[in-house]
Amino acid sequence: MELANKKISGTKIKRNLLPYYYLVPAFLIMGVITFYPLIYQVIISFTNFETKHLLLGLNSPELKFVGLKNYIDIFTGALPVENFNFFRVLEFNFWWALSNVFLHVPAGVLIAVMLNTEGLWLKKLYRALYILPVVVPPIVVATVWRNIFDEQYGAMNQLLTSISILFGHLDPVHLRWLTEYTPPIPGFLPGAPLTLAYYAMMIANFWLGWPLMSVIATGALQSIPRDLYEAAAIDGATSFQQFRNITIPLLTPAMMPAAVYGFTITFNLFGLVFFMTGGGPARSTELLVTFAYNLVRNLRWFGVAAAFAVIIFFVALVVLLITNRITRATQSYSEA
Amino acid sequence: MSANSQTPKKNLLVRFLTMNTSGQTSGRDLPLWRQLLTQILCLFILFSVMFPIMYIVTLSLSSKTTRPSSLQLIPTEISFVAYKQVLDHPTGNPVSFIQLLRNSIGLSVGVGLVALLVAVTAAYSFSRFNFKMREVLMVLVFIPLLMPGVGLATPLYLLLNQLKIVDCGQGVTALLPWFACDGGLKGRLIFNLRDSLLGVGIAITAGALPFAIWNLKGYLDTIPKELEEAAAIDGADTNQTFWKIILPLAMPQLAVTFFIGFIGNWQEFVTSWLFLSQPKDYTLAMTLYNMTGQYASSIPWNRFAAMAVIVALPVAVVYIFLQKQIVGGLTTGGVKG
Repeated sequence: MELANKKISGTKIKRNLLPYYYLVPAFLIMGVITFYPLIYQVIISFTNFETKHLLLGLNSPELKFVGLKNYIDIFTGALPVENFNFFRVLEFNFWWALSNVFLHVPAGVLIAVMLNTEGLWLKKLYRALYILPVVVPPIVVATVWRNIFDEQYGAMNQLLTSISILFGHLDPVHLRWLTEYTPPIPGFLPGAPLTLAYYAMMIANFWLGWPLMSVIATGALQSIPRDLYEAAAIDGATSFQQFRNITIPLLTPAMMPAAVYGFTITFNLFGLVFFMTGGGPARSTELLVTFAYNLVRNLRWFGVAAAFAVIIFFVALVVLLITNRITRATQSYSEA
Repeated sequence: MSANSQTPKKNLLVRFLTMNTSGQTSGRDLPLWRQLLTQILCLFILFSVMFPIMYIVTLSLSSKTTRPSSLQLIPTEISFVAYKQVLDHPTGNPVSFIQLLRNSIGLSVGVGLVALLVAVTAAYSFSRFNFKMREVLMVLVFIPLLMPGVGLATPLYLLLNQLKIVDCGQGVTALLPWFACDGGLKGRLIFNLRDSLLGVGIAITAGALPFAIWNLKGYLDTIPKELEEAAAIDGADTNQTFWKIILPLAMPQLAVTFFIGFIGNWQEFVTSWLFLSQPKDYTLAMTLYNMTGQYASSIPWNRFAAMAVIVALPVAVVYIFLQKQIVGGLTTGGVKG
């Protein structure tokens, strides 16, 4: 703003106020519909706000300030909700996001590399069709997979039946994908049982997730200079060595932000979980966001829900600080 | 990406399809056994990708109203009965498809436009001026992004729920919470902001604004400052620069931000499902949810499938046209300090 300094002081003051003028519309509106509600949320998180207080809100005579009770109840599992344990949900939530990203990114990279093979037939057709899952809105994907995993009429059990008939088993497969509580691999994740519904969701989300990673990986593969591979080949490097020492390190800077993006999206993946399992069976696939939604929409404990939202906020803050550090570390790596 | 830019202007999809295959020494033929092995793998992946899509398309083109008893992935009949039924009678309630469509479009376009209009000046201010409190205010805008949709929807539900228009009788209307009926009368509820599309729109806008501001700021940062300096030398003041230079240059990104918002709002479910109770206000996404799982014991699956295809189409079209910008905007641009 060197120009500003040359002007006379009257316009200088006006100029100094200008940036604030530009901010006024956004901050006026956000003040009313974003910041005020968020503060309101923090206030009611210390109250016993329930349905009966809906009419008068904070002016209700029988609304009580209960201090930290809502927070303590959430952490100690003292809420009168069946099968709820905050730390189990938190653990499952992290595991859910991590396990998804650790499958999607490598699968996306490997498929992108495979489709990069010179002389592969029908390459263009594959590329065109593999992108379809990215295009379908996730909310539709969730409902469709919900029906695919239907235990009576679902396509998954029908598919498994036709496969098992090939192997001579004539009984129809009748897996209770979304309702069976006994985990197929017991004790896999200590403290949080991974039910069949988790695997069903993993399958659905894998279908949804890897193609985007593949698109990003393809873009990054394109920018790797071909000479590197030629030089490596002359030096006698096998294709596996080329993959490990050229492709992977040069893909990392592009894939890391993508992985972080995938992690944050999956961490709060409300639609898929809510539509497929609703958090069940017995809250085994409940995420923080779906449980918060249950608190508001079904149980209507607004005070507890507000406290829960505040907790989610801090979890998200921690996640942000960690992922930011990871992205930054890889950025400096790419510049070096 | 910049190193290899023979075709920089093209859609990502086009580039994806026609890109050079780097990473291989040229002129060497693929051995047949490797070709076949890779083909088998590719076909298997193709099957897994196409499986749900073919399943739902086949189902939507079937005229059978019974639930599927065996797996069918290739249509044996082409019948548009299900589509016709969905378009005539989307739900069990007397609500027309047009009404649902209007609700969905109104909500997604309305929120997208309002968020954009409000965000662009703030983004400009953050991008171009250096002022006291800049960092503080930017962090303030970022804070709501950490709150999931549910977290912002809850307090808004409580606040908007208190805003009501009530008919007290004898031709008197009252606006709660500021003006109540005389004598503690409850009156007849005419309008509750919480239980209306307007209320849902307000709540979604509250969540959409911070993203729009950050996304636009990220883009405005990339517009060279020289242009404005040149304009200033020619005597343009800051307002003129904004309207005549920045805004036209930012148009493409405004469009992208709008469409990213559109895709998200088209599928919006959390807030509308929490707020709305009257079937006439329902959106297409809510209708689709009502057609699955426990709620759907009476709904034939071919109708569900037709609805799924209909809800998916607008997003699919937008995505295919703007893929490069959307993928790029989400993964690299966007939120940068």
